[in-house]
Amino acid sequence: MQHRWGMTIDLDRCTGCEACVVACHAENNLPVSNPAQAAEGRTAHWIRIDRYYEGEFPDIKVKYMPVLCQQCDEAPCEPVCPVYATYHNPEGLNVQVYNRCVGTFYCANNCPYTVRYFNWFAPEWPEPLHLQHNPDVAVRMAGVMEKCTFCIQRIQRGKEDAAQEGRPLADGDIQPACVQSCPAEAMVFGDLNDPASKVSRLAQSGRATRLLEELGTKPKVIYLQKVK
Amino acid sequence: MAAAPELLPYEQIRKDLFRPLSGVSRNYLLATLCAFVVGAAGLVAWGYQLGSGMGVTGLRRPVYWGFYIVDFVFWIGISHAGTLISAILRLTDAAWRKPVTRAAEAITVFALMIGGMFPIIHLGRAWLFFWLLPYPNSRLLWPNFRSPLLWDLTAIVTYLTGSVIYLYLPLIPDMAQLAEHNTPWRRRFYRTLSLGWTGSDREWHALERAMKLMSCIILAVAVSVHTVVAWDFAMAIAPMWHSTIFGPYFVAGAIFSGIAALLVVMAALRKILHLEDYLTRHHFNNLAKLLLLMSLLWFYFTIAENLTVWYGNEPKEMAVFGARTRAHYAPYFWIMVVLNFVIPFVLLGIRRLRTIRTATIAASCVLAGMWLERFVIVVPTLANPRLPAASGFYAPTWVEIAITAATFAAMAMLYMVFSKLFPIIAVWEFKPHPQEED
Repeated sequence: MQHRWGMTIDLDRCTGCEACVVACHAENNLPVSNPAQAAEGRTAHWIRIDRYYEGEFPDIKVKYMPVLCQQCDEAPCEPVCPVYATYHNPEGLNVQVYNRCVGTFYCANNCPYTVRYFNWFAPEWPEPLHLQHNPDVAVRMAGVMEKCTFCIQRIQRGKEDAAQEGRPLADGDIQPACVQSCPAEAMVFGDLNDPASKVSRLAQSGRATRLLEELGTKPKVIYLQKVK
Repeated sequence: MAAAPELLPYEQIRKDLFRPLSGVSRNYLLATLCAFVVGAAGLVAWGYQLGSGMGVTGLRRPVYWGFYIVDFVFWIGISHAGTLISAILRLTDAAWRKPVTRAAEAITVFALMIGGMFPIIHLGRAWLFFWLLPYPNSRLLWPNFRSPLLWDLTAIVTYLTGSVIYLYLPLIPDMAQLAEHNTPWRRRFYRTLSLGWTGSDREWHALERAMKLMSCIILAVAVSVHTVVAWDFAMAIAPMWHSTIFGPYFVAGAIFSGIAALLVVMAALRKILHLEDYLTRHHFNNLAKLLLLMSLLWFYFTIAENLTVWYGNEPKEMAVFGARTRAHYAPYFWIMVVLNFVIPFVLLGIRRLRTIRTATIAASCVLAGMWLERFVIVVPTLANPRLPAASGFYAPTWVEIAITAATFAAMAMLYMVFSKLFPIIAVWEFKPHPQEED
């Protein structure tokens, strides 16, 4: 059976600790920006924590929302790329082919979630972080667009391991770096085509919502939150 | 007011219009040098950008399109000067068009050459721009024909090809005349380019038919080109871009800025080349009325676009609308309204005020205003994406400003070179009965 990868994020559990952001940086060879670049809006985080405030001070409540590529089934970023650098793979992921990207920026403009990041310069790491690159992930060159891949290298590794051990892929075998590192266990990753998987069951929950659902992008990231 | 140029003796017309082609004045050299320096500075800036990365521009998430795309739309808009005006006037057989058409057609070709550079300058990896072209390649891939950028590329290349032909065809009889008495290298140059034109009846008829046909084709292409440019924005689902009115709105804006560019260029040519007898108050008056009409049309479209958004009060669109009209980008918006509507409306709408000078002033205002219009369309939308937590700001860096300035210098330089090689007014059009002479 074809896999269809998806994720649930429980917003009622998220504490906004940003462990997922750090884990993603380490796993996916994301460049580290200095304060000046951050002030210029030149940071790259494939997953970011958006903060929203409810109420007026002092009676105020902060809400955190981890936002990553929503891996839309009807992704607005895909048709606009003139060189097929962004396309839909057979498992439903929006894949970015760095070598094919020429940097028109059009995909980023058409992404309603603003989760696409551009390599403004050749990437740099302060020592000794340059020694800890993940060998399974390409280092991207200046001038190309990039974004969350759902840790496609881990998906690949999980499938290979299962095949080698001669067993079917079990639910929970594959965990993207953000899911693995979430101390509140707010994030769950799995196969939406497997009705028994944890992510499928959570996706059926009454708390399930999708970000900007009204646009018809059919995201595969599902947010769980109590709707008042 | 001078007499109509049609009434001047043909020999004098020939002399007057061929005169600017010979001799190079000190001022001409100085102007060329200035344009060259500014242009070279732009090239240096682009080289720096290619070497370091797009980070040297002011672009930043979420504003991924900035000055370059504004310049792109602006120059493609300017290119509508030539074709539309000259094609419409040719098809309607307006007699007053004669001294105007070539100046307009040349603007088209140069503005397209410049505008067409911007999508390449804007690429993250500009050296790979040819990946957008459909050709058999080692990647075994077609480009993606669903992408509006591909439509754009197709439209602009078609338009450039058509415009070059449209400029070239009516140049042929003039070049044949120039090949008769001239310096050796010029004689060879014009003879080669005039393709052995002898001025026979058959050739005149063929030229006439070709021009009629090209006028029709180029009109359709011109309208489609700016519609497709508009669709680069309108096809995206970003707030205040995703609008059905964008196609016609952009076409109207393009013709508007095109006429303005033509008026400014005509005023400059009139002064510098002493063409007071040819570009008369009559021509400026007619074009000024056309500019006024387009100003009203532009204002109508602007109201239609913004009023519906404001009345609808949809939060995502209102964030952009607010940024445009009340917050960060409000100065640009309101200056745009003044430059594009208030000033032309007063200066050109009141007949007493409508002179060559005021028409030129109004046209210059419109040029600046239409550049701002593109900025107001491109940037506030991107700065206010659907998720408010991701919003940002944009300001250009010196690199973008230098490259923008260089394109204006390039336009001036191309035009100056052109006016030294070819008569800027079609001489043969004044010939009393072209079919009967040789």
